[in-house]
Amino acid sequence: MIWLNSTWALVVKDIRSELRTRYALNALFMFVVTSVATILFALREDELSPEILSGMYWIVIFFSAMSGLSRIFVSEEERGTSLTLQLIATPSMVFVGKLIFNCGLTLLLSSAVTILYMLSFPAFVVKSAILFIVTIFLGSLGFASAATIIAAIIAKARTKGTLYPVLSFPILIPLLMTVMKSTSRSINGDLLSNAFGDFQVLISYILVMTAGSILLFDFVWKD
Amino acid sequence: MNTISLDANGLGKDFNRRSIFRDISFSLKIGDSLAITGKNGAGKSTLIKILAGLLQPSKGSVQYYLNDIPIGIEKFKHNIGFVSPYLNLYEEFTAIENLYLLTRIRTASDTGQEKLKEVLSAVSLWHRRDDIVGTFSSGMKQRLKYAFALLHNPLVLILDEPTSNLDSEGFEFVQHLVQTNKETHIIIIATNDRSEVRWCGEVKNLGNENEHS
Repeated sequence: MIWLNSTWALVVKDIRSELRTRYALNALFMFVVTSVATILFALREDELSPEILSGMYWIVIFFSAMSGLSRIFVSEEERGTSLTLQLIATPSMVFVGKLIFNCGLTLLLSSAVTILYMLSFPAFVVKSAILFIVTIFLGSLGFASAATIIAAIIAKARTKGTLYPVLSFPILIPLLMTVMKSTSRSINGDLLSNAFGDFQVLISYILVMTAGSILLFDFVWKD
Repeated sequence: MNTISLDANGLGKDFNRRSIFRDISFSLKIGDSLAITGKNGAGKSTLIKILAGLLQPSKGSVQYYLNDIPIGIEKFKHNIGFVSPYLNLYEEFTAIENLYLLTRIRTASDTGQEKLKEVLSAVSLWHRRDDIVGTFSSGMKQRLKYAFALLHNPLVLILDEPTSNLDSEGFEFVQHLVQTNKETHIIIIATNDRSEVRWCGEVKNLGNENEHS
């Protein structure tokens, strides 16, 4: 119970800090708006297949996430507060707290991209809403689980900005391929049962990434 | 009353194959006060970080005891009050928010208003409790670090450059803090300031491992 309360207190601290500084929020939403606008200008009146639309949808989420999710650890290092956290919280509290925060941020990001995407591209019509929502939910959790541990690793590096997408991309490939396929199914109006295989892959990905990250984080967090 | 102690055995630290210090051993218990001195780069702050569990030694180990029973570093950390130039608080929060939020993370419970008032008044910051820390001077930030370090009534005070950025009033506060807690706490100070060294009963000079009076 103490562990849970302390972890939640860390999440509350991060939410209040983010609302006050807008370290990640500003970067995320500026990237979403500019990337969707760029795609809109490039395509104009072109008719696109569901596969291409769903692929571009996740590309926007991928690059937006890369611009904002690393802040969770980078800002602690830059402000010199990571040692303070090391002193008052166990590594597992810090990791789980940051993971919960990043999950919330990624879900917020995905929701914003979905709304903007639907307004910008009339061809992006989701025929199977439940399949789409489950895909977005699992995809966001998968993104957050991978992005959080990579953020912890790159926060200790000198070339933070370039290292983040470079390290993230190979790790996120299985996730990206699965969510793109599943999103394409939701646009085509497939049955929910047809996507169970995709969901199994996504759930396995989240579990493996989270478990591996918790084991690894202890070594990453301490110098 | 709880008693606490620590044994440092053969501590050594290397950075990129360069040895900062090696074979450091000592024991500390309640009532002991140790000044760690040494030239710049001798490893004073590094040794302090190792003792506080913030850095892993390359060689050797530190064993911590609570009531003569060996405990892990995470439990020991609950008994540490740490003040250091590289241990920062959150500049976007007010002084009182910092203490409140960080204590919630540390203890999973709320801090009473009385206790907050007590520690902030002790460091002469109660009247600035609702100001954003980012607007504080370096001396005020140092005072706030003391409030944060003392809030949970620690048995071990680890102070790295304890009076840096402080005015004469702040200097007297730290001197009074060390002298009134010397018999009831473990106090470890990393410094090269001679007056601060004199506050302590023992001196460990890094770079001269044989001197341990």
